[in-house]
Amino acid sequence: MDIKIDVKHLNLFYAEKQALHDVSISLQSHQTTALIGPSGCGKSSFLRCLNRMNDIIPSARCEGQVILDGEDIYARSVDVVEVRTRVGMVFQKPNPFPRSIFENVAYGPRIHGLFKSKADLNDIVEGSLTRAALFNEVKDRLHQPATRLSGGQQQRLCIARAIAVNPEVILMDEPCSALDPIATAKVEELIDDLREKFTIVIVTHNLQQAARVSQKTAFFHSGYLVEEGETGALFTTPQDERTQGYITGRYG
Amino acid sequence: MTDHIVKAYDDELNTLHELIHHMGEMTVQQIDKAIQSIIKGDEKLAHKVIETDDEINLLEVKIDELAVRIIALRQPVAFDLRTVVAALKISNQVERIADYATNIARRTLMLHDMPHLPLVEGLPALLKIPKRMFERALVAFATHDLNLALHVWHMDREVDELFNEYLTELFNAMIADPKNVGPCTQLLFAAKNIERIGDQSTNIAEAVYTLVTGKQFKESDPQ
Ligand SMILES: Nc1ncnc2c1ncn2[C@@H]1O[C@H](COP(=O)(O)OP(=O)(O)OP(=O)(O)O)[C@@H](O)[C@H]1O
Ligand SMILES: [Mg+2]
Repeated sequence: MDIKIDVKHLNLFYAEKQALHDVSISLQSHQTTALIGPSGCGKSSFLRCLNRMNDIIPSARCEGQVILDGEDIYARSVDVVEVRTRVGMVFQKPNPFPRSIFENVAYGPRIHGLFKSKADLNDIVEGSLTRAALFNEVKDRLHQPATRLSGGQQQRLCIARAIAVNPEVILMDEPCSALDPIATAKVEELIDDLREKFTIVIVTHNLQQAARVSQKTAFFHSGYLVEEGETGALFTTPQDERTQGYITGRYG
Repeated sequence: MTDHIVKAYDDELNTLHELIHHMGEMTVQQIDKAIQSIIKGDEKLAHKVIETDDEINLLEVKIDELAVRIIALRQPVAFDLRTVVAALKISNQVERIADYATNIARRTLMLHDMPHLPLVEGLPALLKIPKRMFERALVAFATHDLNLALHVWHMDREVDELFNEYLTELFNAMIADPKNVGPCTQLLFAAKNIERIGDQSTNIAEAVYTLVTGKQFKESDPQ
């Protein structure tokens, strides 16, 4: 199978504090990889390394390689904006722009010129909202401010925004933490759908969700990648005591 | 293994173990009484065994219900999941073993009008190893003891040998006197049930193997 992103010996520091320690993992094309682990173990930090989102944090510094389709995204020649277009992200907290629902989704396709006509753009917006399981709830108020949506709706809007630009990889940081079970199921269905075209990495605290949506699961603990493997195997026969303790809800 | 953060979860898993322990103990008693009844021709005792089987069946239902409840409410994974699956399998195998005890008790009733054969005295010796296998398999489950489980699995060979010897004795008795055919046939069924106790105990041992290792048991594996 193809490796979409190959992470090699990744270390991440926030000023003096080391948040990730020598993490190496290969993320396969057309697979969903779930990242699990206790709060503060470095999941979001790791995710941000995959599209150079940590560049925005002044104290953050990283070492090692993140190789996207054979090219290190930290290499000097690489265009950060292009990396972030190819590797899209849905954040832990929904962060719609203070614009209309329509504009939130249309923004990306606009700046990247991904459409030929107004109708084309409408299609992209409607399609993205539909896939994010939001369209029916907002179709009559597409031009109202996105900030008026509920938390769960805002989260789905951010998913729609992320997929509107056709990224190759989608990073999702707890995309369902504010969603009800039906919306969660729809997003999980979407994830399964997207996998045919994209590569997905999802952080989730919901272990059943990790088990449901992913083919590979990686368990992080205190900045270390403790164990990774086929999801079915990891949830039935984890190899490391720390993984076992975490997924079965025991004191570790 | 350390405790769960949620104590009620530990309580439920412990209850599952306790129920299987209780079911196992009752079944061992049933086996002992069934053999006693057939040796002594004690029909009252045989009836008692047959009646008590219902209680064991109820225990199996209870274990099933608790296991399903744990799966639904706790969504167990890893070792916990394997424990629940093992409990489901093992309760089913214990129930079968209890059925064998009942079958032996039924032979006591069938032998009622038949001539007494000294060969019936051979049954306790035949039972010794299968019963020990059963008891040890239950201990292996309670203590997650892989070596003990493998040991149980190996004991089954001895059972086969003893069973074949006993069979030969039964056939010789039948050939010697056709009047023996009736009672010998009953003893043959009883012996077969005893042998099956050994077989089911190896199944329990295999379930323990999977519980502890996370792998399916293969005959080629164990050393
Ligand atoms: N911008 C930052 N500056 C300094 N330290 C940070 C920063 N972001 C994260 N950290 C630290 O890095 C460690 C990992 O944090 P991170 O947000 O990656 O954890 P997480 O696994 O995503 O946790 P959660 O499950 O709670 O979201 C933590 O100790 C955190 O305090
Ligand atoms: Mg996080």
